[in-house]
Amino acid sequence: MPYLPTSVPGPKIDDVNAPFWEHCRAQRLTFQQCAGCSHLIHPPLPVCPRCQSVERQWREAPYTALVFSFVWVHTAAHDSVVAALPYNVVLVEFPALAGVRLVSNVVNVSPGQLAIGDRLTLLWEEGDGGQWLPRFRKEAPT
Amino acid sequence: MAAAPARARACIAGIGQTEYRRWGGFSDRNEFQLACEAIASAARDAGLRLDQIDGLSCFADTSIDASLMQLALGIPELKVSASVWGGRGGGPCGALSLAASAVESGQARHVAVFRSLCQGQSRRYGKFYPQRMHSDMVGPYGLFSAAQGLAMVAQRYRHDYGFTDAQLAAIPLMFRANAQRNPRAVTYGRPLTLEKYLASKWVVDPFRVYDCCLETDGACAMIVTTRERARDLPRKPVEIIAALQGSDADWGTGAMGSHNMPGDSYTSGGQRQLAKRLFETAQLTPADIDVMQVYDHFSAMLYMTLEDFGFCARGEAPAYVEAGHAAWPDGNTPINTHGGSLSEAYVHGLNHVLEGVRQLRGESTCQVAGARTCLVTGGSVISPSSAAILGV
Ligand SMILES: [Zn+2]
Repeated sequence: MPYLPTSVPGPKIDDVNAPFWEHCRAQRLTFQQCAGCSHLIHPPLPVCPRCQSVERQWREAPYTALVFSFVWVHTAAHDSVVAALPYNVVLVEFPALAGVRLVSNVVNVSPGQLAIGDRLTLLWEEGDGGQWLPRFRKEAPT
Repeated sequence: MAAAPARARACIAGIGQTEYRRWGGFSDRNEFQLACEAIASAARDAGLRLDQIDGLSCFADTSIDASLMQLALGIPELKVSASVWGGRGGGPCGALSLAASAVESGQARHVAVFRSLCQGQSRRYGKFYPQRMHSDMVGPYGLFSAAQGLAMVAQRYRHDYGFTDAQLAAIPLMFRANAQRNPRAVTYGRPLTLEKYLASKWVVDPFRVYDCCLETDGACAMIVTTRERARDLPRKPVEIIAALQGSDADWGTGAMGSHNMPGDSYTSGGQRQLAKRLFETAQLTPADIDVMQVYDHFSAMLYMTLEDFGFCARGEAPAYVEAGHAAWPDGNTPINTHGGSLSEAYVHGLNHVLEGVRQLRGESTCQVAGARTCLVTGGSVISPSSAAILGV
């Protein structure tokens, strides 16, 4: 069972975000990187904000991340998540990838068990239409 | 803007509005009809006929078509049709700024600034909306609404600087108390207590239902003209001392989208540069502001505005509000004397500009004695935003 039902609407694919989601379908989490100046860009943009290059490459993300912020959703804003309440949405950062933050979920915690700074490990779950989504598991305290 | 000669300086000569009702409260009128009603009311207040309006200014990607609005209002020549590009609720003072520029440059004589929302007959802002920018990066994880996105910022702020439930509650309690004196407010007659606040349902931690703006239907409008023309009109003109758009660097879709704004401004409202230029343009400082109307989509966002505009240092806003500095009537700078978006109505903050005008006319239901200056801010934590300083 994925953390949220597969009836949650999946991403709308366009020419800018297509590589990101294609890589996800192969269970690879990648971020856009400017081929001209190496600037990391997320979400994907058609033009590099540093050097205006349109040449893009894709950089693999590490498998571990940190919680930058999070929320617990208690009231559904879409019918598909009513049965999943309360659920968390997490904002993660990758210390090795400055400037990139990713919105996701942590699959193995209940309210009260998530804190800013928690260490997370990447995993993959199936979503709407078979699209693989990057989600995270909280690591046990060492 | 300050460069215009005194007689050509932009003023607000009239304000008007429809009734504000809770979401879905209008079954007999739509967004367009409400907008026309509000503009007609503002023109009457200004002592003008509708055919004297020659400019329209709006924001938040209005659904209303300018050609139909010209037709419906009987405007003989629509010389300025302006709208803030993007930024949604960030734009009320931007629409005011465009109107001020139009009259100060002589492109139009009387510009109607308006906003109408009838969510009962269109989409509902608090719900899933697939067309939101960067929703592809947040929607699949259940982050659907502004409340959820902005709660993420409030959570980080709470982690970095700290605020208690009771400190946060002070914001909705303060605005609700102001609304109890304002018969226009949809929460008029429904006071709020701390006990009721604490017992209310969570929308998205750290926001309870009373931390979230109302969902209402209604419209409001104002007429902008020059001081020279306003002198011949019946109402006391309220000068637009400064009205500017702006937002901080690299915000992108910010907290309404992917949350990739720069780390050092993540827990700000993204209005620091705007605030600095606004005070410079007005040649005023926060200490000169008598009253303010702050865009209050969600309670905790007031903290970011107070800090961005220099009313308190970073992290000090929760204690500032708790100490009563923002409360009417005894605080040093009362905020949202009409009740704000949390307790008067949600009209994307244009109702905050109207309340600024009432304060400076001496007509507010929570009047600040002798108010000469009012700061009004557009939506924070979104780009582009806007703000204005009004004065008499
Ligand atoms: Zn580049």
